[in-house]
This record gives sequence, structure tokens and C-alpha cells, in this order.
Amino acid sequence: MNKPLRRIAIFCGLLVLALLVRTNWLQYVEAEELNTHSKNRRVLIERYANERGNIIVDGKPITGSVETNDTDFKYKRTYVDGPMWAPVTGYASQAFDANQIEKLEDGILTGNSDQLFFDRTMAMFTGDKRKGGNVVTTLNGAAQKAAFERLGSKKGAVAAIDPQTGKILALASTPSYDPSNFAGYSGKDEKAWLALERDKDKPKLNRALREVYPPGSTFKVLTAAAALEHGAVDDINAATDTPEPYILPNTRTPMVNHANGCKNASLNEALKVSCNSVFAKLGDKVGRDKMVETAQKFGFNNPEIDTPVRAAASVYDKTMDRPGNALSSIGQFNTATTPLQMAMVTAAIANDGKLMKPYMIDRLEAPNLEVIKNNEPQEMSRPLSPKNAQLLQEMMENVVEQGTGGNAKIDGVQVGGKTGTAQHGENNSKNPYAWFISYAKTSDGGSPVAVAVVVEDSEAKRDDISGGGLAAPIAKAVMKAVLDSKK
Amino acid sequence: MSVVTNTTTIGAIEAPSRRNTELALLAFAVVIPVFAYLNVGLALNGEVPAGLLGYGLGLGLLAGVAHLVVRKFARYADPLLLPLATLLNGLGLVMIWRLDQSPRLIQRATTLFGGFSPDAPKQLLYSAIGIALFVGVLILLKDHRILQRYTYISMAVSLVLLILPVFFPAVNGAKIWISLGPFTIQPGEFAKIIIAIFFSGYLMVKRDALALASRRFMGLYLPRGRDLGPILVVWVMSILILVFETDLGTSLLFFGLFVIMLYVATERTSWIVFGLLMSAVGAVGVATFEPHVQQRVEFWLNPFAEKTWAQSEQIGQALMSFGSGGTLGTGLGQGDSDLIGFAANSDFILSTFGEELGLAGMMAFLLIYGLIVERGVRTALAARDPFGKLLAIGLSGALAIQVFVVAGGVMGLIPLTGMTMPFVAYGGSSVIANWALVGILIRISDTARRPAPAPAPSPDAEMTQVVRP
Repeated sequence: MNKPLRRIAIFCGLLVLALLVRTNWLQYVEAEELNTHSKNRRVLIERYANERGNIIVDGKPITGSVETNDTDFKYKRTYVDGPMWAPVTGYASQAFDANQIEKLEDGILTGNSDQLFFDRTMAMFTGDKRKGGNVVTTLNGAAQKAAFERLGSKKGAVAAIDPQTGKILALASTPSYDPSNFAGYSGKDEKAWLALERDKDKPKLNRALREVYPPGSTFKVLTAAAALEHGAVDDINAATDTPEPYILPNTRTPMVNHANGCKNASLNEALKVSCNSVFAKLGDKVGRDKMVETAQKFGFNNPEIDTPVRAAASVYDKTMDRPGNALSSIGQFNTATTPLQMAMVTAAIANDGKLMKPYMIDRLEAPNLEVIKNNEPQEMSRPLSPKNAQLLQEMMENVVEQGTGGNAKIDGVQVGGKTGTAQHGENNSKNPYAWFISYAKTSDGGSPVAVAVVVEDSEAKRDDISGGGLAAPIAKAVMKAVLDSKK
Repeated sequence: MSVVTNTTTIGAIEAPSRRNTELALLAFAVVIPVFAYLNVGLALNGEVPAGLLGYGLGLGLLAGVAHLVVRKFARYADPLLLPLATLLNGLGLVMIWRLDQSPRLIQRATTLFGGFSPDAPKQLLYSAIGIALFVGVLILLKDHRILQRYTYISMAVSLVLLILPVFFPAVNGAKIWISLGPFTIQPGEFAKIIIAIFFSGYLMVKRDALALASRRFMGLYLPRGRDLGPILVVWVMSILILVFETDLGTSLLFFGLFVIMLYVATERTSWIVFGLLMSAVGAVGVATFEPHVQQRVEFWLNPFAEKTWAQSEQIGQALMSFGSGGTLGTGLGQGDSDLIGFAANSDFILSTFGEELGLAGMMAFLLIYGLIVERGVRTALAARDPFGKLLAIGLSGALAIQVFVVAGGVMGLIPLTGMTMPFVAYGGSSVIANWALVGILIRISDTARRPAPAPAPSPDAEMTQVVRP
């Protein structure tokens, strides 16, 4: 009977071997995958196991952690001025995961990042409680406050950038939400979350980064930049050969002007009163491909603008026909842009043609406040020459001084801007968007701030006045806040 | 100079008793769980657990008593079996105690049953009863061949044990329990030993008939109808268990056991082929109309699917537990395996080992089981009587299958069937029955290794002698 016994011994050995192979497979090969599985509660437990690090603005935390007596999650996230900062921080919820900076910098905030390995090891030896690191932002609290409060009950967004560095100074979106309301996982948190999910006004949407709007007349500054760069216009004060009415190429559709005096208006004059005909004709003269080239230099069609929170890609169609291109040159047709993108356009002009990469994380700090990573300003591209940039500045300042952007005037400061009202919906049936882009200059000629404001307002009249009337005062308040904090 | 004809694996002459080896190993088997206990206490509360001394002395005392009884009543027994079983039992106790401290499980028990009572003290009591039974087996069973007399009684008893749970209400979908007042017993655990006794007795008598009286057909030896009878009965019984008690594990164990023992008794490969064919037919047949079994298979194939997750997170949670343990584990007391919730310290206790001791711990752990099984097989090889051989291989085979079925189920290698991990899982029946099983194995190994009476001088040996001294 010994031969079958030996075989059974081998069989039993194989059973154990199968188990050994399986445990290697699970705990070595698949370990990482299982460990980070979306259903693995340990990821969340770990996220809230220690006091979470903070997101910092102007040296003060805009987030916090409170200790709970829950069996799974020891700490819960809290927010200071949650609705105001939500477009910057995102949320970190025990039940609904996290997003934006809270998610992207989770490793630093929880203290689990490899970059914090040294700190963790030290804490292990000294027996200190493990703590997360901090994320220091580039934001300007006063500017953010001005933006958020001025937007008030209106639906809209503000993006403000420091043109010289690309630092994001304000990023507001309304209506907003308070991430504190669903930071836990109780029934109350779930109700708050579901209410947000169902809200038709989409309060969770980060309009400054993630929503694309037709840019309307504000896009004319880009068309003007392309015209100057590609030599379609040499003298901004020379009369352009523009008929009234201007018929779109290859069609019988006349381009309607809301302004008077657009016939043969100079570029400077056309921008001041926002002539559709002049810019549509110019865009057609520059041509689609060269328009695309300039738009892309400003950041259009780039799906990877990471601040580090990724912005939605702004669109300037690369394949449209001639009349489409002419319409796009005044910010219509299927041209679409985020508020951040328009702030970038303004910033590049204000910074004498040099576009800096926008970013909102200044540095990452270890729990002991040692800097782990410092973000330096980076040049993104040079969409226009310094000379042409200055010409554009001259024109945009003209808009504020004498044109449609009067509401953005600040005493003693040079301000350049452009209004816009974007019609949208089929046959322009929906309510237009009021736009305003602007920058302010200090006495040394540099510009500390460029702003883009969009207001989705239902009451707006359908002309550029709505951009100047609704959006310009908000831009002014943000610029003033930045200028005041520089003093 | 005389020639000794030796047909057993272990020498017939003066095998060393190895009792001191056993004692040294036992010391390790007690010290390791004591350190594990200390480790859990320090990890969870940052202090030396209050019960450390009591626990260490308790385990040491139990092991010591068991050792003394082996020294007295089974001098030549295999020295590895007792330490290995003690080590597993000790580690199991530590892990059950560790899970008793889990606030998550305490909260769960409080909301579900209105109160929480720790399981570790009960398990310590069961272990004591188990070792008492082990001692009883060694003292009362002077020779394992006595069991041969109870072949048919064993059959009756095992049938009763297997059928009884049908008359009791199902617990969590499986009818494998009988409840007597405050006690619940899982008769399947005891039935596996008793049925091995029955098979050994029956097959020892019928092995020649089964092996030789057969017709050759397509390269296979087909048994005669009347010899096929008992196999069909067993097959039908295991399917009936599956159907009426929805206990996949026990029927698998039961059937596998019979196939192994038949194969060893008859030395005919055809029995294995028949066995596998019949179990496949049975399993597929039952699976087509038994929703419980279908559900288990579904859970196994798609542990993370939304539908599965809504019905039972257990398999998925167990898999993530193993994954989170990684190579070296989180350390005792520092894992989150209690997320498994229900049955965390019984059917799923292996996940806690996997998470807190990691791949390294799991390999060691599985090898301990492997060692017990292979020591059992070695005992079977060494046994000098066919009944002892069959019983030893039956018991070790049952242990191997049980470990494979449970661990494989928890690790998602095969569908989960719901048996307990021998010695470590919480549960009275399991611990007590497995101590009895080790007791019987030790008794057989003692008989096998005991020095045989010196062989009678062979006249043939004399004749080949060339030079006389």
C-alpha cells in the first residue's frame, strides 16, 4: 500500500503548494492592486487615521481636522469658509472620496507620501504621532474674498493670475458648496451630498477651471493679437477696409454690429466699441490655421493644463470652414474657453507677451514645516512679441478709459480690459454670459494681476454693456484687492 | 552477523523515542504564541496585556500535560505532531483575542445582538477540553486496532451525525449545526474522524474484492456492481448533504476522503478517475438547481461585482485583507481585517493572519499545516497494519483537504464552502475534534515506531553464510 501512499503524499503536497502559490499571487503580485482597490476601505481609514495636513493661504490654514470617536475614522476634515475655498481645496469626505488638491496631494496631506519617508521614520523612532504635511497655495485671500463676495448670488466664476509668475491668485465659482457638510459619512452627510448631486445649478462644478463657455467678444483680443503677430495689421490706428454690413465669407449672412461707427474702423477703435465686423473680417484675413496657431500658443486645445487641478481644454476648432473661422474670431461658433484660459490670455498680454504656466501650489511642506517641494514659475510659451503685447495693452487700456469697460476704472491705476457677452443656445435662445477680462498695472509698468470674470446672468441685456455692467465691477474688486495687498 | 529484513520506512530496531526533541519543540510552540500575545497587547494598547502570565501558564500547562501523557502512554510517537498542533492552537488563541479587542467588531456585535462577549476565553476552554480528549484517546486507546471492531457502529454513528443537522434550523444559510441548550455542535467535524474509522475497517476487509474482481474496459478497471455499491452510497450521501444541509465543504471533504482511502486500499488509479467523474457529475448536477451553491460560485468568480458586494462583501474583504498584508504584513494588531465583520474569527481567521503577518507569515502558516499532513502520511507509511495505514492516511488526507478547502475558499482559489481552519479558527467542535484526530495519529505513530519484536532467525540467512566465525 506504500506506492499509493507516496502518491497521496505528493497530492497533499500539491494542495499545500497550490495554497502557497495563491498566497504569493494575492500578497505579492496583486497586493498593490488590492491595496488601492476602490472598495478597499483601508484607503479611507488611512486617509483619516492621522491628523490631516492643511491647505494654506496667506500663511493661514483654510482647512482643519477634528478628532471623532468613530471606529473607522479617527479624524474628520473641516473647512474654513468652505464655499469660498471649495474651488481651490476640493473636498475630502469619508464617504465620498476626495477631489482636487485634497485628492491630488493626498500623499502629503496624510503623511503617506514617499517624500515624507524620512519624517515618518523619525516619528517612528521618537514615538511622535504621525501628522500630515501642508500644501501652501499661491492664492491671495483678499482677492478670493472679493471675487466670491462680488459674485454673490449670481452664477459665475472668477480666475485671477499673477501675470509675471503664473501664480493663481483667486479661483472662485458660484454657486458653491461647503465641503464640511459631507466630510463625514453619517446620514446627514449623505443627505447633503445627494442634495448637491441633484442641484440643477451644479454647485460642485468648478466653473473657473472645469466649465467651458463661449468667450464672446473677449476673444477679440486674441484675434487682434493674431492679426498683429501675423502681419494682418501693422498700424492699430489705421482704418481697416471693413464694409458695413460685412457679409460672412461664402455666405449671404451679414455680420451684425451692436456698435456704431464700425465701417472701416481702426483696430484700436474696433476693440474699444467691440465691432464684430472688423474682427470677423480680420480673423478671416489671418486665416484659420494661423488663428489656431496663436490660440494654441495661448493655451487653447491643450487638454493638460494642470494647476495641478486639471483645467478643461479650451477649444479653437482646427477643422472648421471659413465662415466658421470668421465667427470664431469674435468668440462665437464652437469656440469655448474656461475662465482660467481667458485669464491666461490677459496675463500673457499684460506680461509683455510671455505666458507663464498657471499654478496654485506654491510649495509642499513636511509636518515640521520643512519645504519638500518648491514650485518655481515656469514659462509656458510666447504667444506674441513684446511690441505687439504693448500695442494690445494700449488698446485694452483704451477700452477701459473710453470704451465699454468703463466700470473697471480704478483711480490712479492703469487698467486694461475687454468686455464680452456670449450668446449661446440654439438661435441664441438661452441667456447670454457676461464676460470681462482685465489686468491692472503698477507704476513700474509691471502687472501684478490679470482677471477673467464670467457671469451666467439671466437678466443681462444682449450687448457688451452686460459684460461691462455685470462682470467688470467684480474684476475691478479683485484687482483692487490684489493691488491693496501689494501696498 | 545477522541480516535484518526491514519492510517499514522507520527502522524496526530501537527507534529513538524523540521525547526530548518533542519537549524542546513544545517549548517553542508555547513561547512563540506568548510573544505574539505580548506583541498584540503592545500594538493595541501600548502595554503588556494583563492576562499574559495567565495565558502563558495556561498554554504551557496544557502543552505540558499533553507532553507527559505522550511520554507515558505513547513513548515512540512522532515528535512533531504535538508541538505543531500546540503552536497552531496557541496562535489561533492569540488571533481570536486580538479580534476580541476590535472596536469595529464590538460595535457590530452590540448593534446586532445587543451585547458583546469575548471569544478567546471560550476558545481557551475548548482547547482545554480538546487536549483532555487528546489525553483520553492516548490513555484509553491502547492500540488503534481496537477501533477496527467498531467499523459498522462507526458507520451508523457517522450517518446519524451527518443527518442530524437537517432537523435543526439553518444558521447563516447552512444546516451544519445541532443545538443542545446553550451548546451548539458542528457534528461534521466529528463525523470526519468517525467516517475515517468506518472506511478503514470496511476497506481493509473489502480491498481485495475491490481491487481484483474487476473487468478491464478501455484501459480502466471497472469494478463489479456489488463492489460499486458502497461508493454509490457515499456519493449519494455527499450529494444529499449538499442538498439538504447546503454544506459544500463537508460533502467535498467526505467524498475526497473516500476517494483517497479507496485508492490507497485498492492501488487502482481507476478509482480516482471514477471518484473525480462522480464528484464532477454531482457538483454540476447540484449546482444547476441549488441557488446557494450557484451563489457561492458567483461570489467566487466576481467578488467585487456590485451585485456580489450588495449581498456579501466577505470574499472581497478577505482578498483585500490579504493584499493589504503584502509581503511582511501590517504587524499583529495593526491590520483592518475586522472589516470582514461576520465570521472574522472563525471561517475567515486566515485573513487576519494574512493581513497582519503578511506573505511571510502565511507561507510559514501553510507549511505548518503541510508538515502536520506529511507527518500523518509518514505515519501511514510506517504503520505495519493495513487498518492503521488506512486510518492514518484517511485522517491526514481529511486534514489536508479541509485546510485546502478552507484556505482556498478564503483566498479566492476555489468557491468558499464554510468550514473552519483546524486548530486556529474559533469554534468548540473544530478544536475538540482536531485534537482527537491528532491523538489518534499519535497513537498510530507510536505503534508504528515502537520497536518490533526481534525477527526470528532466518534459516535462509544461515545458508548464504560462507565463512563461519
